Amino acid sequence: MSANLQEILSQGLQAIAESTDLTQLDQVRVSYLGKKGAFTLQMKELGKLEPDQRREVGQVINKAKSEFQQQLEQSKTAMQKAALDERLASESVDVSLPGRGQSVAGLHPVTITLRRISKIFASVGFNVVEGPEIEDDYHNFEALNIPAHHPARAMHDTFYFDPHTVLRTHTSPVQIRAMEANKPPLKVIAPGRVYRCDSDVTHTPMFHQVEGFLVDTDVSFADLKGVVYEFLRAFFEKDIEVRFRPSYFPFTEPSAEVDIECVMCDGKGCRVCGHTGWLEVMGCGMIHPEVFKSVDINSDEFTGFAFGMGVERLAMLRYGINDLRMFFENDLKFLEQFN
Amino acid sequence: MQISEAWLRELVNPPVTTEELVEQLTMAGLEVDSVKPAAAEFSGVVVGEVVSMEPHSNADKLRVCQVAVGEAEPIQIVCGASNVRVGLKIPAALIGAVLPGNFKIKKSKLRGELSLGMLCSEKELGLAADADGLMELFEDAPVGTDIREYLSLDDKIIELDLTPNRADCLSVEGVAREIAVLNKMDWTAVEVSPIEVTHQSVINVTVENEQACPRYLGCLIKNVNPNAETPLWMQEALRRSGLRSLGPIVDVTNYVLLELGQPLHAFDADKLTGSITVRVGNKGEELALLNDQTIKLDGEALVIADDKQVLALAGVMGGEATSVTDQTNDIFLECAFFTPISIAGKARNFGLHTDSSHRFERGVDFTLQQRAIERATQLIVEITDGSVGPITEVSSAAHLPKRQAVTLRQQRIEKVLGISMANDDVTEIFNGLGMQVEKHAEGWNITPPGCRFDIAIEADLLEEVGRIYGYNNLPNSSLLMRSELGKAEEAVLPIARVEDLLVDRGYQEAITYSFVDEEIQAAIAPNDELIRLKNPISSELSVMRTTLWCGLLNAALYNTKRQQSRVRLFESGLRFIKLNNETVQQKMLSGLVLGNVFAEQWAEKTRKVDFFDLKGDLEALFHLTDCDVQYSAVKHSALHPGQCAEMFNATGASIGVMGMLHPTLEKQLGFETPVFLFELDQALVFNKAIPKFEVLSKFPSVKRDMALLVEEKITAAEIIKNIHACNEVVIKDVQIFDIYRGEGVDEGYKSVALSLFLQDAIQTLTDSKIDAIFNNVLEALSININAKLRD
Repeated sequence: MSANLQEILSQGLQAIAESTDLTQLDQVRVSYLGKKGAFTLQMKELGKLEPDQRREVGQVINKAKSEFQQQLEQSKTAMQKAALDERLASESVDVSLPGRGQSVAGLHPVTITLRRISKIFASVGFNVVEGPEIEDDYHNFEALNIPAHHPARAMHDTFYFDPHTVLRTHTSPVQIRAMEANKPPLKVIAPGRVYRCDSDVTHTPMFHQVEGFLVDTDVSFADLKGVVYEFLRAFFEKDIEVRFRPSYFPFTEPSAEVDIECVMCDGKGCRVCGHTGWLEVMGCGMIHPEVFKSVDINSDEFTGFAFGMGVERLAMLRYGINDLRMFFENDLKFLEQFN
Repeated sequence: MQISEAWLRELVNPPVTTEELVEQLTMAGLEVDSVKPAAAEFSGVVVGEVVSMEPHSNADKLRVCQVAVGEAEPIQIVCGASNVRVGLKIPAALIGAVLPGNFKIKKSKLRGELSLGMLCSEKELGLAADADGLMELFEDAPVGTDIREYLSLDDKIIELDLTPNRADCLSVEGVAREIAVLNKMDWTAVEVSPIEVTHQSVINVTVENEQACPRYLGCLIKNVNPNAETPLWMQEALRRSGLRSLGPIVDVTNYVLLELGQPLHAFDADKLTGSITVRVGNKGEELALLNDQTIKLDGEALVIADDKQVLALAGVMGGEATSVTDQTNDIFLECAFFTPISIAGKARNFGLHTDSSHRFERGVDFTLQQRAIERATQLIVEITDGSVGPITEVSSAAHLPKRQAVTLRQQRIEKVLGISMANDDVTEIFNGLGMQVEKHAEGWNITPPGCRFDIAIEADLLEEVGRIYGYNNLPNSSLLMRSELGKAEEAVLPIARVEDLLVDRGYQEAITYSFVDEEIQAAIAPNDELIRLKNPISSELSVMRTTLWCGLLNAALYNTKRQQSRVRLFESGLRFIKLNNETVQQKMLSGLVLGNVFAEQWAEKTRKVDFFDLKGDLEALFHLTDCDVQYSAVKHSALHPGQCAEMFNATGASIGVMGMLHPTLEKQLGFETPVFLFELDQALVFNKAIPKFEVLSKFPSVKRDMALLVEEKITAAEIIKNIHACNEVVIKDVQIFDIYRGEGVDEGYKSVALSLFLQDAIQTLTDSKIDAIFNNVLEALSININAKLRD
């Protein structure tokens, strides 16, 4: 290698070593390997030599150039890596900080409960229907076998608009409306608001019920028991004990009150169940022939059962809510617990 | 109804514990609410007799008594009660006795005098809430006997919560009958012997309204001893049923009411004028009742009257003027059957509810009156030595209830209850319930007794079979019945989807009362006709809401008062409006937002929510539907006149309103920040088009921007409408991306920058074609709304 070439190479390597960033490095590349670069010029000089010398000198130049290129690549790779490392380091975030944007809210616990109840019954083909809340006396009472002055009317503290118009005291009038509009077989549930003129620690003047009924040619009390039993176990997602007690509703006969094993104390007895181990959760029974008569269904051909439950009560038991009044105060601190 | 277990067991005594008995009753439909001991826990108290008494030398009010307690020598007890006297028999607590509240009696010295026990009042024994002296026992009380044994205090009080159909169980006999049938055993009815008539005077009775009072029995009992005392056993029976002792005559009527279920009433015969008439009270007639209340009759209620005045509200309560007192010598005892329909609701009309009205409303056994008046008379004579006259009876067989046989078909037991039952078992059940049973080929004819008003049809008999057999013993079956496939309606948007969208956009669901404060309602919607409740709970809940905003504003206030600065709520429910005099119940969806758009967060500069935040939420909601919504600036009584839009669907029907709460209302209601509201009519919004596929264009889409100068009054909707009106089918979309006012734009004008998105289905759009369309649009805008291209 000529002294000149040696000089070029060592200067080139020096220049690479002195480059501090990729731009400088590229400048070095251009000044040695570019069109007018030092190595390029050396190659151009070859033309002036004798052919047999040309090959020998050419090999020497290429070797020096290749050494330079190798060093250049190494340096470039190192610098690129350093640059990437620096960028990554500068861009790292505190992943524990919260994300941005709109927060998600939630449904009211009554709606959550209603949706679950509807889902359970819809899965076996019950249709969900609704009815008016301002109801006439006929659908709320008369057609349900509760004539004027019937003692059962005392069980309903009714809100009146005039002697024939009331706020429905239960969702049972929807049963009448559904049977007026459709012929059996019928499988219906009717969720909604109901109203009673009563307000204290354990009563609110408005609350929610779900009425359900089924009419077909061969429906027995055993079917009612089976449905109620399976529903309660599905709702509480637990193999709870269920018992049926004779009771009285004018629109069913036989009638029953349904108790479940207290879900607060597993039936051992606590304040919630009045130390009985049992909680009353719904009323039910076989649809009364007088009710069938009022909607022109032949009670010898068809039988049916109906049941009704208080939604707030079920929600309270399910979620351990201890104050009924909270449902309608709409305190965000309460509502957000169900989000 | 409260009832003593011991009293029940006198009539029927099955070999079961109290717990088992209570379980049997509850599971037979006579729900037991509670079981309480007849007396609180105490021990070491015996019947004592004061044999001598001396004043205490160091205390004026104390006496030093020698009390016989059944031991060899009397013991000394110091006592301060005012009624202590020699010869008095009292409960005496001995050393070592433990009184209710774990109060232990010890040997003590009272101001220097030794006291070896304590003489007790009813209060100290836990038998009464109050007492004004020692409990005075009867003269024949055996000295030294444990007081719990003497008063039979080891008894339980069973509280029954009876359903209105089971009036037959509003008596000890009724419950005993039920217990007997549940235990498959006999019960003993109370034995009543015929009355021995000792004088012949009668008071004549006329029943004007035989429909309401088909049977009326009366009996004049003379010379009762006004100083007689109710025997202890009767007082205790009454106490355990929750009744106070009010003197022997009233006590006897109450006792028979409890024992047999027949209400009776005793009048002071000396205060009666002429004869008794059962009639409808005249409108405006007044009657001062026993409870110090004076009522004005309504022309409907049945009364008992004499020749001079109204004496009693029939079947409900007697009058003060003719009531029995401790001066009464002669009484007229009434024992009637009033039909349920004639009494139902009457007591309530006067704000009354009595043991008597409770029973008559639900049905008293109409065959019981003779037996009941004999029983009462017998007890009155036993206690007060009265002299008894003949019983006067006025009855009308035609108006008494009938008990007809009801057919029960064997096959219905299986069909309705899901069990088959042998003839003997069916007969046993109904006989046990006091019913007559007649077997026939298909089943049985069953006749209920007079005390049962709830057996009229076959289903009633089925309930009896199920009830006695035990509901829990009936089978459970799994739902295996005809089912249709469910529907999957695609053209109806489920409310749940919309609720979920709002929830995901940060709205919390609220449920507020359907009745609201009239004042708030009037402030928000002063022009809406109100639907008023006749009997509201309070003035805050007195009118039906014509908008869901009343409740949402209230709920928002509840939260802002509790340091919540950001509230986002929605509610789904009915509103109630009058339309052409008809009540319309409309399903609405409403929402409210106030405070910051986002919850406080580190990565975003927060700002107050505004009109367009709310509109963005609604647009997202409408995007779920196929509603093509137009927004028009309107005036609304509750909203800011400059930030209020009414929304219309494609057919021009109004689907709702949105906007900012009017600043005046904001202040009046107590908000400290702007509130934004919306309300939509669900029926007009929640429809959904079933999607229809369109072929995709293969040609590129082109975007062209234009900035227009228009007058301030020109709305964005007008600009877009005018562009679409050019009918250039290749314009697929128009989007506004900037509004600018200020330098370079004249006062009264604004610059609106928008993008046109163009695409042709059959060819690539050329520049010349695009320019032509652009110029057409510009020309139309210039002509129609005086828009100019901004340089």
